[in-house]
Amino acid sequence: MRFGLSSEQESFRDQLRRLLAERAPLDRVREIAADGSGYDERLWSGLTELGAMGVLVPEEYGGLGMGTFDAGLVVEELGRAVAPVPYLGTAFVAPLVLAESGSNSLAAEWLPRIAGGEARIGLALSEAVGARAGAGVTAEGGKLSGKALAAFDAGAADAFIAASGADQLWLVQAGAAGLRQTPMTSIDRTRALAELRFDGVEAEPIPGGAALTRRALDLARVALAADAVGAADAMFEQALEYSKQRVQFERVIGSFQGVKHALADMITALEPARALTWYATHAQTEMPGEEAHRLACHAKAHMAEVGRMIARAATEVHGGMGFTDDLGLHYWFKRIGLDRQLFGTPEQIRAEAAATMAA
Amino acid sequence: MDLSLDQRYLDFREEVRAFLAANRSDAPPAITSRDRGAPTPAAFEWQRRLIEAGYAARNIPSEYGGYGAEPDILENMIIGEEFSAAGVQAGLAGIGIMMLVPTLLEVGTAEQKARYIPKAITGEEWWCQGYSEPGSGSDLASLRTNARLEGDEWVINGQKIWTSGAHFSDMMFCLVRTEPDAPKHRGISYLLVPVKSEGITVSPLKTMTGRSEFNQVFFDDVRIPAGNIVAGRGEGWKVANVTLKHERGGLGDPNKSIARFDGLVKLMRRETVNGQRAIDDRLLADRLMQLEAKVLALKFNNMRVLTADLEGRDPGLARLVTKYYGTVLNHELDALAIDAMGELGVLYEDGEYLRDDGAWQTWYMHDLGLIIGGGSTNIQRNIIAERGLDLPREPKAVIPPQGQGGRTAPGARA
Repeated sequence: MRFGLSSEQESFRDQLRRLLAERAPLDRVREIAADGSGYDERLWSGLTELGAMGVLVPEEYGGLGMGTFDAGLVVEELGRAVAPVPYLGTAFVAPLVLAESGSNSLAAEWLPRIAGGEARIGLALSEAVGARAGAGVTAEGGKLSGKALAAFDAGAADAFIAASGADQLWLVQAGAAGLRQTPMTSIDRTRALAELRFDGVEAEPIPGGAALTRRALDLARVALAADAVGAADAMFEQALEYSKQRVQFERVIGSFQGVKHALADMITALEPARALTWYATHAQTEMPGEEAHRLACHAKAHMAEVGRMIARAATEVHGGMGFTDDLGLHYWFKRIGLDRQLFGTPEQIRAEAAATMAA
Repeated sequence: MDLSLDQRYLDFREEVRAFLAANRSDAPPAITSRDRGAPTPAAFEWQRRLIEAGYAARNIPSEYGGYGAEPDILENMIIGEEFSAAGVQAGLAGIGIMMLVPTLLEVGTAEQKARYIPKAITGEEWWCQGYSEPGSGSDLASLRTNARLEGDEWVINGQKIWTSGAHFSDMMFCLVRTEPDAPKHRGISYLLVPVKSEGITVSPLKTMTGRSEFNQVFFDDVRIPAGNIVAGRGEGWKVANVTLKHERGGLGDPNKSIARFDGLVKLMRRETVNGQRAIDDRLLADRLMQLEAKVLALKFNNMRVLTADLEGRDPGLARLVTKYYGTVLNHELDALAIDAMGELGVLYEDGEYLRDDGAWQTWYMHDLGLIIGGGSTNIQRNIIAERGLDLPREPKAVIPPQGQGGRTAPGARA
């Protein structure tokens, strides 16, 4: 038994950290955030060279055929670096959804391109999460109409996995006739959200029905939890470092119990939450089924709460500096904020988890 | 991530399950709202059978009356999981078994091990712990109960408090100041004291539960043999830290939280208001799900700790946070159970409408004691921050002239 990273996974993580330190320093993140594309091409190619794009792509399609725990480690590192790349939709959700759909043609068309870093895939799943007034996607004769909100990893996407209701997924080319994409400006400028308007758009159905739709949501949820673990860890680390350097009343502030206890509370919440998230990501490919679904719900909802607590408390430890743009701590604060809201808010997800237990 | 277990562990799990299926009807009932007094004869008999089968005192050498298996983290994990899942008591959980025995095994003499361990693990000799004093709670090393060597005897004077079970114990391991001129941590020794010694007065301390889990123990020229010391003079603080490590590991056991959660789910499936089960109430179910996530988080965090132990690494923060996390979590589980019962949640001890034998209110109060005991939550935060995060200690403050502060229990002798 070994709960945690293998030595290969540790070295993979170290490679990722080096790449991110080199290609996604905060100054670079600021530049990409300013344009709102959520896509840094140089970082993307670096990730591709490391093999990160193909982690979940089966070997026969040119990938590594590894598990969701490995892909979760990538996402965690991207969250830690507030990295502006559409990895989650492209390399975490899409490969498994397409491979598990059983459609050889979809798999053959997209999976090699995903593994090669040549395709970017966004997620237009808001319909499956919950219908919003003024939005809604319907399908008729293989054509989509209506509106999807908060399509994730949009911007640079070549295609979207879109949901019409809770029981059907579609693969839609971003350049398809009748599809109009309007950016939605969110707090988190490191990842692009968009409104998609469909006007009789040609789309390819992804076989798999409601079960695959739920699977797509589970994957997206667990990945956002992993992203939040990385981002929360980074915020905590920054607060800890700051508390050891900042002097007030002729003492480093980390010697005050008020500050110490805040830091202790953060890490006491984060360490177990990290273990839960690791196990939940591990479960998605290693033991798919009802248990993996419940774990995805729990990891997402729990990290939403722990993330919010740490985002607030770590900012507070920084005092006024935490509030400034100069320090840049807000990029993590906002990343965690978006991780909480998308693909189901905590109350909604917990209601889903409770429904599986009530029987 | 490799969560698979070798075949021999899968076989071992089956053995444990088979034992439980065949023997569980003889297990004593779990403690509920009844008096938390001395263990019953049935509990002693159950302990004897568990030792014989290898599910209690499993890693205690057979020369000291244990089962004598080599320590194996995964076997112990499986035993803990299976007993917890079956809702069966995993043997006597006295402080002698949990804390004194591992301490003696680590630092006791051969003679002490042979003399004390066999009777401690069967419960034949019941132990209590004399650490805290009225003026020395979280700052334990400031303790003032003292012992001086006269000929071949220690003569002890002073007072202990929060001594669980002293009123039915045979022996006490305690910390006393033997080197008054040494710095405070180096002036303490670890002594083994027969509770029936002349000069000892045990005075039960009634707590909020309405019972007397604790005592005050007064020492008035109590004489014990000079050899009743573990390790050397002035080494008591080091010995105590060996013991505290065992206590904190026990407080925060995920199996306890898992069992508590399972009981909560059962309760919420049974309790109805206006014909609706508690578990179908959206607000209560939301709280239940928040707590389930925490229970799972504690469980998987513990697997990280076990992995580090298996590999001989220090699990670091993952272990440091468990006492704080686990004890607070158990209290939250109890609180939800009480809320789910509505007005009947206040019932206590007996009566027609009492649920689960009043266990939830008992636990709600008792678990608060565990949040405080073994290093209170605020002390845990200091430990996490100072040892785990390498933050500096708080500078000393000036003590106000009126003395040490702290509220004294009414009727306590100064």
